[in-house]
Amino acid sequence: MSDPNVVSGFSRTSLDPPVVSGVSRTPFTGRPLVQLTLARMREFIREPEAVFWTFGFPIVVSLALALAFPSRADRPVAVGLYPGAATESLRSTLKGSHGITIRDVRPDDERRALREGEVNIVVVPTTPPTYRFDPAREESRLARAVVDDALKRAAGRPEPWTAQEQPQEVAGSRYIDWFIPGLIGMGIMSNGMWGIGFGIVQARMRKLLKRMVASPMRRSEYLLAQLFARMVFLPVEVLLPLIFAVVAFGMPVNGGAVTITIVALIGALSFGAIGLLLASRARTIEAISGLMNLLMLPMWIVSGIFFSSANFPAAVQPFIHALPLTALIDALRAVILDGATLAGVRSELLVLTIWGVVPFFTSLKLFSWR
Amino acid sequence: MTGNAVSCEQLRKSYGDVVAVADLTLSVERGECFGLLGPNGAGKTTTIEILEGLLTPDAGEVEVLGLRWADDGPALRQRLGIQLQETQLADKLTVEETLRLFRSFYTRGRTIEELLKIVELESKRTSRVGRLSGGQKQRLSLACALAGDPDLLFLDEPTTGLDPQSRRQLWTLLEQFRSRGGTILMTTHYMDEAEYLCDRVAVVDQGRIIAHGAPKELIARLGQPKVTTHHGTLEDVFMALTGRHLRDE
Repeated sequence: MSDPNVVSGFSRTSLDPPVVSGVSRTPFTGRPLVQLTLARMREFIREPEAVFWTFGFPIVVSLALALAFPSRADRPVAVGLYPGAATESLRSTLKGSHGITIRDVRPDDERRALREGEVNIVVVPTTPPTYRFDPAREESRLARAVVDDALKRAAGRPEPWTAQEQPQEVAGSRYIDWFIPGLIGMGIMSNGMWGIGFGIVQARMRKLLKRMVASPMRRSEYLLAQLFARMVFLPVEVLLPLIFAVVAFGMPVNGGAVTITIVALIGALSFGAIGLLLASRARTIEAISGLMNLLMLPMWIVSGIFFSSANFPAAVQPFIHALPLTALIDALRAVILDGATLAGVRSELLVLTIWGVVPFFTSLKLFSWR
Repeated sequence: MTGNAVSCEQLRKSYGDVVAVADLTLSVERGECFGLLGPNGAGKTTTIEILEGLLTPDAGEVEVLGLRWADDGPALRQRLGIQLQETQLADKLTVEETLRLFRSFYTRGRTIEELLKIVELESKRTSRVGRLSGGQKQRLSLACALAGDPDLLFLDEPTTGLDPQSRRQLWTLLEQFRSRGGTILMTTHYMDEAEYLCDRVAVVDQGRIIAHGAPKELIARLGQPKVTTHHGTLEDVFMALTGRHLRDE
């Protein structure tokens, strides 16, 4: 403290010309919007759990999925055989065939093994053999075809001709390549909604919101700062799993970093606005969690994170494509895997923009500062 | 109205069937410390929040520093310091970061250095708010209220839950604010606090002012204890007026 006039705190130093600073002369870091954004960012990075869920979790998930679903080309089908002499000839025939793994299955354990996917088919030693498999499962149908072919060939089936096979390595066609953009989209959704919704509800519970509006702070700046603080970490959040996938799995990235970032940014703003809307009235963590899950759960299922949304019936496709997560993931896949331009994903961006603008303005109307 | 720091007339506020404030009229002169005194649920907080522009009354007129909330809200906020009951500042921010945040809302005001010195938190500058003691948190909250160098301070139960030493320390800070010409409007349910700090008090019960005046005058008029084992206090005044104890919670 260099000012000799300030001895006991209140000796009227403010009779001296007060440090008046018009908005134009306020240094950048002295602006409310900057301070509010900084405050939110600090709160985030000082919460180790939040940092893990945002940055570490996607990498853990992609690693786990890469281990569970290795590239499908060299993945053999699992054929279950009963132990004992009855299956001996089947066993020796199938053992010599390419792309088949044999596992012993006791008859009383057969259903469980099929259900868990330990085996894709069980071959029962009748004459001719019996196939037990689930035709609803793709792997089971594949296993049936492979086994059938191997057994018939061994039985002396004549081959009318042998096709020339030309294996093609189609970039981005592996499951992990397809999955990574979905994972990034899921992260943008949950971080946007939790990050913004939780922070606001917590501030409301602590009566901090009320304290803020008792000061001359502008309300719109507070809300904008919540969104801005989200944006700051977004590039890391998107690029980290992407770089990880490129390094660890050799995933191809065909889109430009700028295009990818813009799509992610629009997505993050949409989900931030939705988070804001859900948090505009909620008074407890339980209430906001319930609302978030209610909204996110259906999208986890239908929006194509883990499996393609094309699996759902045609009648519900328009609804699925109107969802923000579907739009975001479709757009991310298009720009990352196919190298699409922004114009190429404009209908997805339009859906996202609507999901951003409508909730934002609705929440401005509904928002409770008390 | 007048040159008063705060005046309000015929304030009324209900929540459903519950009347929180019933035709309440009061005025606070510039430079004085005025206390709203009463038990929990008397309507003190509702009253002060209406005066702070955080609640809209169902009926009545409010003028603060000669301005009205509806017309001059933003300008008025620049000149007020407000401390709410039960505000918890962000735990993860440091003392200095919290002050910088609040300071940024005011176009003029005190420097961070001055604020830290006033509330004697210089040594806690880089501590997280979550690690402060109750008294330190309350002083930080006061510093946030002082960030814009206000003419008028609103304090809602500023020392509730503090130990005696921290209360004393806060009282000293408030006296210093007064001594340089600042006006204070505060609520409290501590009699000794009102007697020590306030020039005038209004005793509030069930949303109405049932007595007002200087603490000494009220005690002299109404507060003669029935059993003369102690000096008259404002507690006795409240007993005489309502037949109840102030804090029969």
